[in-house]
Amino acid sequence: MSTGTGASDLLHAEDHGVDEIVAGKAPVAARSPLQLFWRRFRQDKVALTALAFIVLLIVIATLAPVIRSIAGAPEPSATSTDALDDFGLPSGPSSAHLFGVDDLGRDIFSRVLYGARTSLLVAFIGTGLSVLIGVTAGMIAGYFRGWVDTLIARVIDILLAFPVLLLGIGLASACSTKDGCLGGTLQPGLTIVIFIIVLSNWPYVARIIRGQVLSLREKEFVEASRSLGAGHGRIIFREILPNLVAPIIVYASLFIPANILLEASLSFLGVGVVDQPSWGQMLSKATTLLDTAWWYMFFPGMALLLTVLAFNLVGDGMQDALNPKSSKSR
Amino acid sequence: MAAPLLEVENLQVHFETEDGLVKAVDGISYTVDRGQTLGIVGESGSGKSVSSLTVMGLTRARNARISGTVRFDGKDLLGASEEDMRQVRGNDIAMIFQDPLSSLHPFYKVGAQIAEGVRAHKDVSKAQAWDRAVEMLSLVGIPEPRKRADAYPHEFSGGMRQRAMIAMALANDPKLLIADEPTTALDVTVQAQILELIERLQSEFDTAVVVITHDLGVVAEMADEIAVMYAGRIVEKAPTDTIFAAPEHPYTWGLLSSIPRLDAPRDEELVPIQGRPPSLINLPGGCSFHPRCPYVREAHKKVDPKLEPVPGAPGHQVACLLEANVRRKLWSELRTGVKPDAARSDVMEEEVPSS
Amino acid sequence: MAAYIARRLLWVGFLLFVISVITFVIFSVLPSGDPAVARAGRSPSPELVEVIRTQLGLDKSKPEQFIHYLGDLLPFVGGNGIYFGFSYQNNTDVLPEILERLPATVFLATGAVVLWLAIGIPVGMLSAVKTGTWMDRLAMGIALLFISAPVYFLGLVALILFSEDVGRFPILPGNSAYGEATSFAGKVEALIMPWCVLAAAFAAIYARFLRGNLIDTLQEDYIRTARAKGLSERRVIFRHGVRAAITPIVTLLGLDIGILLGGAILTETVFNIPGIGRYAYNAINLSDLPVIQGTVLFGAFFIVMMSLIVDILYAFIDPRVRY
Repeated sequence: MSTGTGASDLLHAEDHGVDEIVAGKAPVAARSPLQLFWRRFRQDKVALTALAFIVLLIVIATLAPVIRSIAGAPEPSATSTDALDDFGLPSGPSSAHLFGVDDLGRDIFSRVLYGARTSLLVAFIGTGLSVLIGVTAGMIAGYFRGWVDTLIARVIDILLAFPVLLLGIGLASACSTKDGCLGGTLQPGLTIVIFIIVLSNWPYVARIIRGQVLSLREKEFVEASRSLGAGHGRIIFREILPNLVAPIIVYASLFIPANILLEASLSFLGVGVVDQPSWGQMLSKATTLLDTAWWYMFFPGMALLLTVLAFNLVGDGMQDALNPKSSKSR
Repeated sequence: MAAPLLEVENLQVHFETEDGLVKAVDGISYTVDRGQTLGIVGESGSGKSVSSLTVMGLTRARNARISGTVRFDGKDLLGASEEDMRQVRGNDIAMIFQDPLSSLHPFYKVGAQIAEGVRAHKDVSKAQAWDRAVEMLSLVGIPEPRKRADAYPHEFSGGMRQRAMIAMALANDPKLLIADEPTTALDVTVQAQILELIERLQSEFDTAVVVITHDLGVVAEMADEIAVMYAGRIVEKAPTDTIFAAPEHPYTWGLLSSIPRLDAPRDEELVPIQGRPPSLINLPGGCSFHPRCPYVREAHKKVDPKLEPVPGAPGHQVACLLEANVRRKLWSELRTGVKPDAARSDVMEEEVPSS
Repeated sequence: MAAYIARRLLWVGFLLFVISVITFVIFSVLPSGDPAVARAGRSPSPELVEVIRTQLGLDKSKPEQFIHYLGDLLPFVGGNGIYFGFSYQNNTDVLPEILERLPATVFLATGAVVLWLAIGIPVGMLSAVKTGTWMDRLAMGIALLFISAPVYFLGLVALILFSEDVGRFPILPGNSAYGEATSFAGKVEALIMPWCVLAAAFAAIYARFLRGNLIDTLQEDYIRTARAKGLSERRVIFRHGVRAAITPIVTLLGLDIGILLGGAILTETVFNIPGIGRYAYNAINLSDLPVIQGTVLFGAFFIVMMSLIVDILYAFIDPRVRY
C-alpha cells in the first residue's frame, strides 16, 4: 500500500490483475486511502454493530460509578451477609441484585461493570504501549540499520523464541509475595499485567514494522524526498510513517482482544489484577461455586465473551476494509 | 485455404465488481492459422491477457460475464464444459506466463511438474512421463537435463526457468501456444534467446503461437500478424510489416515513437503517449483513445469507431475516425521524426483546433 | 542440511541458557524480601528458615548461586542428575513430581491435538474453497465465537451443561472424574469434555488460519499455471494449493504442542486433571516458588525443543529453506 503518485501505481499494475485497476485505484474519483477504508468498513454491517457495542462498552466502563448508582446497586467491594442464605450460599439474580451476589455477598452486577474498566484499561494501555514500543524499535532498526538493527533484531528473535507468557506467569507469581519485587516497586496487579502484555506483544509489532520499513525506505518516493534535502526526521514522519498506519491499525485490532483474554487468564490464575474487580478473577472464584451459583460464572463470562467477540469482529472488519483483495474473513 | 485454428469473434469479457462493471474485453475478433504467429500488443489494462485467459477458460469466475464466440479447431470453447476445457488446457492449447519463478510451484521439482502435465493428459507411467520431461528440458536447451529435472525452481536462473516453462507447455505437443509477456521479467540478453527458442520450436513442431506483450520490439521479428489493443478493443490489426511500415492508428504511432531507436540522434527526446490508460469501468465517451490522441476532433468524443478495413490494403483493419488520407499524411510526417503537435498543425491546419 | 541443523542446535542451546538466566533473575533476583522465608511456606519456624538458607546456599553471592543453579540443571554436572529444586511446602523434589504428572498432560494434549486437527483442517479447507457461501460464513462465525471465549469459560459452561454431577443434561463425567478413574476407558471418558473444550478454540484458530492461507495461496501464479496445464481441480487445490498453504500450520502446531506439553494450566484447573498445569496452579496459589520455577523451566524447555523440531521439519517441507 505505497503512496507514490496514482499514475505510477496504474502504469505498474500487472495486466493479469484487472481487479487491481478497479479496487480503489481507478481514476473514477480520486479518494484517499482513508476514505476508501472507511467506505468499505461502513458496508460491513456486522463490524459496524460490533463497533457500536465497543463504543457502548467504553461508555459503560467510563461511567461505571454513575450507572451503578442509577441502577441502585451497591458498591463492588461492599460485602454483605444479607444476600447470603442460611448456609452462607449466595443468592441469584433478583430485583435487589440484578446479577446475583458472589460468595462474599458482593453485588455481581456492579462488579461486572467495574470489571469492564479493568479489562478495557489494561488492554488499551497494554496494546498502546506495545505498539508504541514496537513501532519505535522496528522503525529504528529498519531505518538506521547497522549495529542498532542487528541488536534489535536479535532481541526480537530471542523474545519471540521463548514463552514470554510462561515467564510472565512466573514473574507475576514470584512478585505476588507480600514484599513484591525490586524492593516493592513491582507489585501484583495492573502494573505487572501491563508489563507482561507489553513484553509479549512488542516483538511481533517490531518485527513486522521493521520488515515494512526495510522495504519502504528503498522506494522511489523516499529517495525523491531525500534528494530534495529532507532529513531523517522528515522522511520518517512524512514519508514512511503514513504508510505504516494500515499495518499498525491491523495489529492493534488483533492485539486488543488477545490482551483482554491475557489479562483475564492471568487474573483467573490469581496472578493478575487482584484488588479490583476483574472478570477473569470472578470466573476463577466461580469455579468452586459452579453447582450453587451459576450466575457467578455466567455474567462475567458472557461479558468477556461478548467484549472479545466484538473486538474480533471489528478487527476482522478493519482487515477486510484495508485489504479488499486478500482473503476476506467473512 | 484451411480453416483457421483459433477463431475469436466479438469476444466480450465483463466483470461485475463493487465499483462497477469492468469491461476488460469489449468485443474483439481475431483468427490464428496453423503454424502462424499472432502478436497482441497493448499497455497494462488493455485486456490483452484477459482475452487469452478466456480462450483457455481461466476467467470463469462468479462475477464474469462472457459473450461472443471462441472456436478452436472447429470446437466451441466458451460453451464447453469444465471437463472438456480441462482436456484442452495443457494439451491442445498451452500457456506460459510472465514470471517463471512465481509461476512454478516452489515445493516440487521441475521434472515432476513437467511430468505431472504429461500424465494429466496421457496414460503413461511415471517413468515414461519423467523421461518425456527430461527430453523436453533437453529440447529447450537446458544442459544436463536429467540432473536439472531433479532440481527445484529456485535453483534455476531466470532464463532457464522460462525455458523450463516452455518445456512444460510443449510437453504434450499442443497446437497452440499462448505466451503472455514471456520475456518481460528477463534480462535483455536472455530475452532474445527465449524468443529465438520459441521461434525454433514453433517451426519444428508447427505450433501456432500467440505472443502477448507491451513491447512492439518483441513481436517485430516473430509475429506474422499484429493486433494492437487499447481499453479492451483491437484498434489496429495488420501483417507485421504493415504495422511497422504503414500504421494507421494514432495509438500505434505513439507506441512506435516511444521505442528508443539506435539510429535516432542521441539528444532527441522520446515522445511518450500523454495521459494514462482509462478506467475500464468509466470508459471515455466516443473513441476511448480520444483523451490521449494528439489529433482528436470534437466529433471523436461522441462517436465510437468500429474496426474497419483500410481501403486498398487487404488484411489491414483499423478503428479510427480520422479519414484514411489524413492518417496517411500524418504518418508520412511522423515517420520522418516530426513531433505530433507539429504534424497535426501541418496536416490538419485547416481544421479548427479543438483543445 | 547438516550445517542448518547444527546452527539451529547452537541457537537452541543459547536460548536455553538465556531462559535459565531469566528464570534465575525472576525467582532469585527480583523478589524482595527474604528468599528463604518465601520458600518456607506458611508460618515457618525460624529453624526451618535457617535450614533452607543453608541448603539452598542463599547466603552466598548471586553469581555463585547462579553457577550452582546452572550446574543443577545440567545432567552431568552438580552430582544430582537434572535437579529442578525442592519444594519445602510439599517436601518433595520438584522434577520427579513434574514427571509423575506428565502422562496426564500428554494424554490431554494428544487427544486435543488429534481432535482439533481433524476438525480444523477440513473446515479450513472447505471454507477456503467455498468462500462466501453460507457454509463458509457459518463455519467462520462459529470459529470466531470459540476464539473469543476464554477456554475456562467454555469449560465451565460445558460442565454446567453436561457434567453428571452438576449439569443440566448429565451425559459426561464431572470434573473430578479423571482423578477417580481407574481404567483407561474411564480416563478417556473423563477427558472427553476437556478435549472438546481445549480443541474448540484451537480448531477455530487453525480453521481460520488455514482458510486465510489457502485463499491467498489459490491466488498465486503457480495455481494459475497448474490450471493452465489442465490438471483436475481437485489436484490443483490439494497438491498445489493445500500443500503450500499448510506449511505455516506446521510451525504453529509445533509451538502449540510445546505450549500444551508445558501444561494446559487453564483447562487442567477447570477440569481437575492432575497434570503439570494443575501442579503449577496449586503452587501459584501457595506461592511455592521452587515448584513454579520448575514448571516454568520445564515448559520453556519443551517450547524451545518443539520449535527446534519444527524448524528442522520445515527444511524438509519447504525446499527453499535449506540454503
